[in-house]
Amino acid sequence: MEVTVLPEVTWLGVVIKAVIILAIISAIAGFGTYLERKVLAFMQRRLGPMHVGPYGLLQILADGIKLFTKEDIVPQNANKLIFQVAPAITAATAFIALSAVPVFPDFTIPEFIPLLGGTFVPSMAADLNIGVLFILGMMAAGLYGPLLAGMAQANKWGILGSARTAIQFLSYEVVTGLSILAPIMLVGSLSLIEFNDYQAGGIGSWMMWQQPVALILFLIAGFAETNRTPFDLLEHEAEVVSGYATEYSGMRWGMFFIGEYANMITISVLAAVIFAGGYNDLGFLAGWFVIILKIAFFFFLMLWVRAAWPHVRPDQLMWLCWKVLMPIAVINVVITGFVMMA
Amino acid sequence: MYEQIAFYLFSALTVGLFMVTVLSKNILYSMTSLAAGMVLISGFFFLLGADFLGVVQLIVYVGAVMALYAFAMMFFDATRDIKEKNTSSALVFLLGGMAALLLVVVFAAPIMGENIQASYPVIEGVGNAESVGMVLFTKYLVPFEVAAVMLLVAMIAGIILAGKKMDHSLTTVDDPINVQEETK
Repeated sequence: MEVTVLPEVTWLGVVIKAVIILAIISAIAGFGTYLERKVLAFMQRRLGPMHVGPYGLLQILADGIKLFTKEDIVPQNANKLIFQVAPAITAATAFIALSAVPVFPDFTIPEFIPLLGGTFVPSMAADLNIGVLFILGMMAAGLYGPLLAGMAQANKWGILGSARTAIQFLSYEVVTGLSILAPIMLVGSLSLIEFNDYQAGGIGSWMMWQQPVALILFLIAGFAETNRTPFDLLEHEAEVVSGYATEYSGMRWGMFFIGEYANMITISVLAAVIFAGGYNDLGFLAGWFVIILKIAFFFFLMLWVRAAWPHVRPDQLMWLCWKVLMPIAVINVVITGFVMMA
Repeated sequence: MYEQIAFYLFSALTVGLFMVTVLSKNILYSMTSLAAGMVLISGFFFLLGADFLGVVQLIVYVGAVMALYAFAMMFFDATRDIKEKNTSSALVFLLGGMAALLLVVVFAAPIMGENIQASYPVIEGVGNAESVGMVLFTKYLVPFEVAAVMLLVAMIAGIILAGKKMDHSLTTVDDPINVQEETK
């Protein structure tokens, strides 16, 4: 195999990468809300946001101004400190999870830029050799955001929302872990780079052809962990008003949303790297362009599913997790093991 | 240099957060600081280069154990302070003394531990997860299997305890209170 020598990763490069992730993913998260409204609108034969700017493109700006200038209310009997910290936990864990994900390609800052010129910026901020586990662990820690938010606000809807958070996230973590276990066994590593290299031989070598069951299970569990619509029981308007976010307003509420969209991007990147060939070149298309297409596709899939399926009931959610998805995931792991031994 | 700064930062934060856990009268503060302390403990594993154990600490303690505690907290009013009942001062005296003794042992440990040899030294060029697996499936195979059997027993017991009325869903059954009111 050809060995490419990469420039040394300096602390400056890592810091720049972290800032890039924060800035760009937050912006994409904002843009994601616009995309979601537009896509949903077209699927339901509406127009969606149209009034602010051309095709409603400046709607994000209007929403941003609204969120930033809204009064930040802390309800009377709430635990003030925890109430204020909780949204930051959601946003922070989502971005920490992104630090171990290859989001954008490697690049070197051109020399003509003062101060920063010539700095090598790596594709991931922290290249851990156990990347997959770290991302899953950080997303698991993300459950504290909704959980503490619901418990701190002295509101019955909030308590119900946080109880649902604990059940849903704990249950579906099991499915996520077990569904990724089969690909991990095939690759024999927890590093995302190894996953990428394993699928280097074009479309035929993508993991999704070897592990179609694992892909479907991972996507279903991923939707549940990112609180997407068939499983968005945490803040289901018809049942619990807004769940854990009932008492939140302004930017604190916005931080929950940024965290949710960052988690959607993380799940999309994971699906693209583990199951859909990662950032390998595809024919004449460059790797960085291919992975952005794949991430965009998985992001679009989440919106598509939202338009296509109704909510499930909480008991159906638990039934689906423990009686359907988890047994299938275990059987998938066992069969993969037998095939590898044979 | 950076490692030392990180170590002292993590130590101070961990000790501080666990102090809050013990001293606070508010359930929510105790739970939050315990969870945050668990996250910081995984930082020590990362500093030592044991990435795998660090992530396991994150997933097991922060993701699962603490979330179960949090779930139990749902049954209390988390926004109110609790009154502590201190029934036996002898017990407090005993536990405090033992904690002090433990602290002395902890500080004396580096002096006693100078001539300890690693019986299973780290093999060069082997990844984190692999080296944990090697020790787990050779030296500690029996405890590992015993732990697996124990978990299985606990799981079966849990299913039996909870599973008596598993087949009919509470959501689809009419609420008995409403039914009674209708018949009145």
